[in-house]
Amino acid sequence: MSAHRLKNGGILINRSKPVNFTFDGKSYQGFEGDTLASALLANGVTLMGRSFKYHRPRGCLSAGSEEPNAIVEMRSGARREPNTRATIAELYEGLEAKSQNRFPSLAFDVQSVNQLLSPFLTAGFYYKTFMWPASFWEPIYEKIIRRSAGLGRAAVEPDPDTYEHSHDHCDVLVVGGGPAGLAAALSAAKSGGRVILAEEQMAFGGMVSPTDMIDGKPADAWVVETLTKLEGMKNVTIMPRTTVFGYYDHNVMAALERVSDHVKEPEDGMPRQRLWTLRAKEVVLACGSHERAMTFDNNDKPGVMLNNAVRTFVEKFGVSPGKKIVIVTTNDDAYRTAEILLDAGVKIAVIADARAELSDAASRIKARGVEIDLGTIPRQANGGKRVKSLTLQTLDGNVTRTFGCDCVAMAGGYSPDVHLASQTGVAPVWDDALKGFVPPAPIRAERSAGASKGSFDLAACLEEGHAAGLEAAGAAGFEAKAGTAPSAEAIANGPIAAIWRCAGNGKAFVDFQNDVTAKDITLAEQEGFVSVEHAKRYTTLGMATDQGKTSNVTGIGILAEARGEPIPDVGTTRFRPPYSPVAIGAFAGHERGYEFQPVRRTAMHACGEKLGAVFVEAGQWLRPQYYPKPNEGVMEAIYRESKQVRETAGICDVSSLGKIEIFGDDAGEFLNRLYINGWKLLKPGKARYGLMLREDGFVFDDGTTSRLADDHFFMTTTTANAARVLSHMEHASQVLWPDLDVQFCSATEQWCGVAVAGPNARKILEKAFGKALDMSEEALPFMGVQTFEWNGTTARIFRISFSGELAYEVNVPWTYGEEMWNALWDAGQDHGLIPYGTEALSVLRIEKGHVAGNELDGRTTAADMGLGRMMSSKKPFIGQKLAGREGMIADDREQLVGLKLIEGAERLRGGAHLFEDADDANRENDLGWITSVCDSPQLGCWIGLGYLKGGVEAYAGKTLYAVNPLFGEAPAVEVVSPHFFDPKGERLNG
Amino acid sequence: MHRINCPWCGLRDEAEFQYQGDATVVRPEPDASEEEFFRYAYIRDNPKGWHTEWWHHTGGCRQWVKVVRNTLTHEIHATGGPHDDLPLPEGDK
Repeated sequence: MSAHRLKNGGILINRSKPVNFTFDGKSYQGFEGDTLASALLANGVTLMGRSFKYHRPRGCLSAGSEEPNAIVEMRSGARREPNTRATIAELYEGLEAKSQNRFPSLAFDVQSVNQLLSPFLTAGFYYKTFMWPASFWEPIYEKIIRRSAGLGRAAVEPDPDTYEHSHDHCDVLVVGGGPAGLAAALSAAKSGGRVILAEEQMAFGGMVSPTDMIDGKPADAWVVETLTKLEGMKNVTIMPRTTVFGYYDHNVMAALERVSDHVKEPEDGMPRQRLWTLRAKEVVLACGSHERAMTFDNNDKPGVMLNNAVRTFVEKFGVSPGKKIVIVTTNDDAYRTAEILLDAGVKIAVIADARAELSDAASRIKARGVEIDLGTIPRQANGGKRVKSLTLQTLDGNVTRTFGCDCVAMAGGYSPDVHLASQTGVAPVWDDALKGFVPPAPIRAERSAGASKGSFDLAACLEEGHAAGLEAAGAAGFEAKAGTAPSAEAIANGPIAAIWRCAGNGKAFVDFQNDVTAKDITLAEQEGFVSVEHAKRYTTLGMATDQGKTSNVTGIGILAEARGEPIPDVGTTRFRPPYSPVAIGAFAGHERGYEFQPVRRTAMHACGEKLGAVFVEAGQWLRPQYYPKPNEGVMEAIYRESKQVRETAGICDVSSLGKIEIFGDDAGEFLNRLYINGWKLLKPGKARYGLMLREDGFVFDDGTTSRLADDHFFMTTTTANAARVLSHMEHASQVLWPDLDVQFCSATEQWCGVAVAGPNARKILEKAFGKALDMSEEALPFMGVQTFEWNGTTARIFRISFSGELAYEVNVPWTYGEEMWNALWDAGQDHGLIPYGTEALSVLRIEKGHVAGNELDGRTTAADMGLGRMMSSKKPFIGQKLAGREGMIADDREQLVGLKLIEGAERLRGGAHLFEDADDANRENDLGWITSVCDSPQLGCWIGLGYLKGGVEAYAGKTLYAVNPLFGEAPAVEVVSPHFFDPKGERLNG
Repeated sequence: MHRINCPWCGLRDEAEFQYQGDATVVRPEPDASEEEFFRYAYIRDNPKGWHTEWWHHTGGCRQWVKVVRNTLTHEIHATGGPHDDLPLPEGDK
C-alpha cells in the first residue's frame, strides 16, 4: 500500500478487502470502508478539484458532509452526477470519479489565469461588469459566465435509476447517530415509544475516537454494542446513510436515504435514493458540529485542512494526510489531534496556538516533545499544487518563522450544527464562551443535545443525549424509565480564542466553494451591504452547495469586525431547507414520465383508438383530437371532419365534461343563486344553457343544465372547470346557504356521453335505439330531455347542440359506453356518420360563435361575451353586484367579435393582437386579441373569435391588422358578428 | 406539512386539503351595497398570528373545514364545521 496509509488504525476500513477505482481516468486502490477522499489521500492524491471562480487547485478541506472543495463528478453516461462530495462518497469496486471545473486537466487548468485577473473578480464583479449593453446579456455574457462558473455536468440522458417516496411516523425522531444521538435513541426506546434514529453517514459514532472510553470500554466498541441493542428492539428503526434535511411545520421532517449510492448500480428492484417524510411527535436534534477553517493567506492550498479532518482520516481510515504536519489552533481540540498523530507516528512540525497561555491539554503535548508557539497564528501557506510550508505570525501581524510541511491542520473552533433547529423559524443565539451560535429556545416539539447544542465534551454529550431521549419520550406520552446515562470521563477544555481574519495581503478564503475571500466581505461592507443577508447575496458567501457549513460563522465574524459591532448584532442569515443538496430526481420520485400524473381515459377510449384517433391531453383526460385517414394531414382531417358533420352526421366523445347530479326541494333556488339566469320556471324534461360568475363578477363557467324532475337537476360544466365548479357549489351549500335543501355529487365518471350532430342525427338515433324512445319533434324538441331504458340500463338523451346542427347528447352509465358507441356507430353506417374530435368540435363552435375555454379566460364579463341580457334582474346571484361596477360595464371593454382573414398571411393565429395600423403596434394602440381560430369550410376562409374594444358595434365591417410578432405576421382581418354561420339557428331542426 | 383534524374524518395530512382563504369574511346580504361586496370579494387582513381559515377537505369528505391556525408557527388551535364558532386562543388578538 502507499506510503500515506498508516500501518495500523482505521476503524472503518477493512484491510483485507481492496477496492479498485479510477479518478480522472487513472486507476487506484483503496479499502472497503474508505471514502473516495480517504482513498485518494492514501494514494498521495491531494489535488481533487479546482475552485469555482479562480480555478485554484483544491484538496479536501473536511472529512464529512460539510466539504466545500472536493466535489467531483461520479459515474458515467446516464448515471453521471455532478457535485458529489468525495468525503462522503463511499468507495465501491469500479467507482469512476472525475474532477470538475477544469480544462483541459486538473493539474493544468487554463482558466486558472483568472487568478491573475482576480483584482477585478471581487464581490459584485458580475453585477458591476456585465451591465451594459443589455442586448449582450443572453447571447454573450450569460454564455461566458456559465462556461467559466460551472459546477460539473449533469447527465444528458434520462436517469435510468428509480427514486422512491416513503412515509413513516414515530414518537421520537433522533437526528444524528453520534454519542448524543445514540444515548438519546437508547433512553427514548427504553421508554417504549417508536423511535427512528437517522444518521447521515454509513457509520455511527460521530466524532468519538477509539481512544475514548464509554462505560469502561473503548468508544467504538460501545457504539457497536449500542447499535446492536437498538437493532434488537422492535420499536426502533435505524436509518443509516439518511440525511434529515428539512424541518417543516407540525414536526414533519424530510430525509434523504442514499439507498444505492454506495454501490455501482442499484441492485435489482432497489431505488437509487428514497425521500422520506417523517412525522415525529418529538424530535431530538443531535446533529453535531462543524469545525471552522482559519482565514489566512493561501489557506486553500491542497494539504491545508480542518483539524478534525486530519484526525478522522488517521483514526477512521488509517490514512495520514501528511508526513509532516503543522497545526494551527484557537482551542484545545487541536491537542486531541496532536495526540493521535503522535500515537500514529506522524511528525508534527509545530503547533501554533493563538492563545497566550498554555492550556492543560497543550502542556501534555508539549511534554511529549512537540514545539508549541503561543500567541501565534498562521500568516500564509506556501507552495504550488500542494502546501510546502507555513509561515507564522504574531497576533499583531509580525511574521515569525516558516515551517516546512505537507499538511496544515486548522482548528478554528466548532460551530454547533444549528441548521435544523433554526429551520423551525427562530434564529440561533450567539454564545461568546463557545464562540459559536447555539440553538434557540425551541418553539416546536424538539430539543438539541450534544455538540449541536454546544457541548463538545463526550461525557456531556452522553448525558445530554440520555436526558433528551427521556424528555422526548415523556413528552410523547411514554413513561420514562430513568436509568443512567452512559458515562465517560469529563474533560475540561481550555478557552477558545476568536480569530476571524489572520493579518495578510493575499487571498484568504472564507467560503471555499464560492471563492469568497475575507476581502470580499470587507468590500461588501464598505459598499454598503452591511446587513448579513445583503452581504451574503452580494458576495455569495454561504450560497454554494455546502451552504457555508464551514464558513458562515467566520464570515459573520469578519463582517462584525468590519462593522465594528459585536457578532450578535450582525446575526445569521435565515436557515432554510435543504440542509444539504438533494437531487431533483429524489423530489420527483415516481412522478415522472408515464407516472407523472394519472391518465384519465373515457369509457369509449378504445372505440376512438380503433378508428385511428390521435389523442390530446385535456387536463388529465385523453380526448380524441382528430381521426386522420391514411396519408391525410392534420389540417385536412380537421377540415374534412368539420365539413362532413354539417353534411351528414358526426359522433364525438364528450364524456370528459363535468357532470353533477343535484337533488333537493331547493335545487331550483340553489341554481338560481349560482347561475346568472333563472331556473325555477324550467320544466322537468327541459334543458337550459347556464352561465356562472365568480363573486367578483367575472365569468366563471358555463354549461347546459337539465331538470329531470321537480327536485332533480343534472348540471354539466366545462372539462377544465369540473372540479372548481364542484368546490364552488360545496362552498355555497355548506358555508353560504346551509338552510337550502340541496344535495349534489359529481357524476363525471358515472355517466359517459357522446354527441351525435348533423342533419342525419335523428335517423341514426332512431335506428340505434328503436322503440326505446320517441324522437319526434313533440316528444324531444330542441332543449328537450328524456330518460329511457336501453339495453337493460338507464340512458339519458339531451337535444342540445354545440355545433349548431340538429344534435343530441346521449349519456349512459360509464360501463355501457363502448356498447352505446358501437350501437350508434353501426346505426350510422348508412347515414354517413363519421367520428370527429375536439378540433372539429372547435371549428363547428367557432363558426357558430359559441364561447369555450379560450374565451373564458377569467377577465371577461357576461356582456363581453354578448350574453349580458342573460343576467336576470329578478333574483340575486353570485357575482351580480360586482358585475355592475363601473369598469365592468364600460362601453369600451373588449367584447366578443368575429374576425375573417382578408389577406396578408396564409392563416390566422390565436394570440395575435388587433391594431388599426400594423406599423404602429404598441400597447397604447392595442385594440384586443384573437382567442380562437379555424379554417372554416362553411365560410371558405380562416375565421376567428376574439375580444375587441367596443365590440362589433365599434368596428363592424372595418379592417384591422392581427399582429403576431412571433411569426412576423400582420394579416388584414375584417370585423364581423361572431355568429358566422346560420345566425338564425335554422339548422338546429335538421 | 400541516396535519389537520377534520371534524368528520380525523387527523389528516395537508395534502388532502385545499386552502381556501379567510374564514372570517361573511358574505353580505344580496341587497347590501356594492362597497360591501367589494370588501367581501377583495379585502383581506394578513394577520401575523392566529387566523381563522377555510381548508376544503377535497381529498376526503369534501367538507369545508374551519381551522384556527397560527400563521407564524403553523400551530393549529381548533378545527370545526362551517358554522361552528371557534374562539381564538386567549391572550392573542
